[in-house]
Amino acid sequence: MTGKEAIEEPLTVIAPDGGVNGHDPGLSPEELRRCYRTMLTVRAFDETCLKLQRSGRIGFSIPNEGVEATQVGAASALRRTDWVFPSYRDFGIALHLGVPLVEMMHNMFGNGLDNARGRQMSVHFTFLDPVHFVSISSPIGTQIPQAVGAAFAARSRGEDTVVLTSFGDGGTSSLGFHSGLNFAGVWKAPVIFLCQNNGWAISCPASEQTASTSYAAKAVAYGLPGVVVDGNDLLAVRAAVVEAVERARAGGGPTLVEVRTYRMGGHSTSDDPRRYVPAEELARWRARDPLARFEKFLAAQGLWTPGEGEAMRAEARRDVAQAARLAERAVSPALETLFTDVYAEVPAHLRAQGRYLFDLAARRGDAVAGGGEFPL
Amino acid sequence: MTNLTLLQAVTDGLRTAMRADPSVLVFGEDVGRKGGVFLATEGLQAEFGPERCFDTPLSEDGIVGTAIGMAMNGLRPVAEIQFQDFIFPAFDQLVSEAAKLRYRSGGQYSAPLVIRTPYGGGIRGGLYHSQSGEAYFCHTPGLKVVVPSTPHDAKGLLLAAIRDPDPVVFLEPKALYRTVKGEVPAGDYTVPLSTLREVRAGGDVTVFCYGAMVPVCAAAAETAATAGTECRVIDLRTLLPLDEEGVVEAAKRTGRVVIVHEAPRFGGLAGEISAIIAENAIEYLEAPIKRVTGFDTPFPNTLEHHYLPDERRVLDAIELVAGY
Repeated sequence: MTGKEAIEEPLTVIAPDGGVNGHDPGLSPEELRRCYRTMLTVRAFDETCLKLQRSGRIGFSIPNEGVEATQVGAASALRRTDWVFPSYRDFGIALHLGVPLVEMMHNMFGNGLDNARGRQMSVHFTFLDPVHFVSISSPIGTQIPQAVGAAFAARSRGEDTVVLTSFGDGGTSSLGFHSGLNFAGVWKAPVIFLCQNNGWAISCPASEQTASTSYAAKAVAYGLPGVVVDGNDLLAVRAAVVEAVERARAGGGPTLVEVRTYRMGGHSTSDDPRRYVPAEELARWRARDPLARFEKFLAAQGLWTPGEGEAMRAEARRDVAQAARLAERAVSPALETLFTDVYAEVPAHLRAQGRYLFDLAARRGDAVAGGGEFPL
Repeated sequence: MTNLTLLQAVTDGLRTAMRADPSVLVFGEDVGRKGGVFLATEGLQAEFGPERCFDTPLSEDGIVGTAIGMAMNGLRPVAEIQFQDFIFPAFDQLVSEAAKLRYRSGGQYSAPLVIRTPYGGGIRGGLYHSQSGEAYFCHTPGLKVVVPSTPHDAKGLLLAAIRDPDPVVFLEPKALYRTVKGEVPAGDYTVPLSTLREVRAGGDVTVFCYGAMVPVCAAAAETAATAGTECRVIDLRTLLPLDEEGVVEAAKRTGRVVIVHEAPRFGGLAGEISAIIAENAIEYLEAPIKRVTGFDTPFPNTLEHHYLPDERRVLDAIELVAGY
């Protein structure tokens, strides 16, 4: 694709029987198996976090079940020097780019080793190393124009860094989506807009989010190419993002990639999707599980057997459990972290407020954490 | 030293910053070829080229959102929002993003950017070209809020803001753009943020003010002096983080306090400053604290001179607290 048009017929690579019709994914057997391993870890992380949340050991989690191929396929197209401006359902992107599992678990527990010092809800990750996986915020779409600015900065220094920003179907209705795509189009910024159309914006179906024929079609109005991809097909996602990345690195500007996938879990651990998701729709998508799809491909390549798959799944679960044990044992953030990092230097009024809090604790004892269940 | 208007001092500050640091860039609506609707960026595109001074699409959210990404990735963006009244589409980017980025990333990321924007009344701009929204931003930990009132401070505070590691909302009193002139050093200098400025010495009443209210208060203080009341006029200059100790000390010195701003009264800075003084120095007070502010109405048009605090209203308050 070279023009500024939208291709709305979903790109697919892996056939139901696992065949790829001669497609070269551009990954070694080891890299292909690593993609699979990351997907297994994402799923194991989901399972573990659900249990941790249900048993009250963490407050909140965001299920990724069903969107693993999208996350890992997109991440596999990036270098570690590239930047990611994620949304809150992009766990696999960080993991595949090399963020240690235990660092993610520190965030889930909001402990003192969490990069964000426990200041954010779980799943709102921030990583600087080994990749710029930029601090996640909860407002929808705000990261999109920021990604464009970061891409502008990289290009202004003559770097060939690209920036990938990710958002859901609901995110396309946000102010940031419009301004971000518009600015990127005008500036020809090296950005990949990854729209993860996973069917639902909490309880609002994608069909009620837009009257456009696709989300990719929106690219045309901003003067950039758009493409629709089968998001449960890791190699299709990878192929589309690789093409977008190459275009961006070569100075060809941004691309909107709409990935059609499905959120098989709830919006979050606080959400009960049975209240609004039709059972037959969920069953239809469960039959298209992206892990099973990739297993068929690997098997056809001679890179996977059911036995190996089971062993890798068990290993992923062990890794996640080990990370959770370490994170749960870590101490809480120190009290003074309430007041640091508001500004580069702690100003006088915050020093005074900190002194007050320490003095109060000395005189009247520590504050006690409340109960409170998060509803969203 | 050159004699400049406040507007020229802003331009001089931008030019000085851009010459000193190639990572500084200036952008916004109409700031490039036109040089800004008030001409604050006049000549910058000619000197630094369209890569460093350029027009953007008409989107405040896009301007501030992209500025945050640039700042995260090593640039020093100085973005203009044409009128402070138009900043609200970018409120989310400022309040949810720029202000919280350092905190929520444990210091991994930060957004050292400056948003310059003309604020305030007195130009017959009506509802949407006259507002003073400083309280919205001052209620946001992580932002810094700066308001100059003289050409010297406009340049020096702007240079300090551009070099500050944290996001700064730089509110320029548009009523003073061309009405005040003053000596401005030709070279590079900064005026430290979070410091007060004594506009006028006096031992009877302390008048706190900022921005376009500073000359109004200075004039009222001169008039009061002819009747024997000497006012100490303090220009707050940085509203967040405020030099609270300086405010308390200044209130203690006279025991009589007037606070002046053109923004609406309820939830305004004058209320906050009153509370700081009441909590820390109430035993020093000889009179009730008096606020002189805009009214709790939308900003009017034809009757704006009745809305804006003027010398009469400030003098009225000074006499009330002086004679209490």
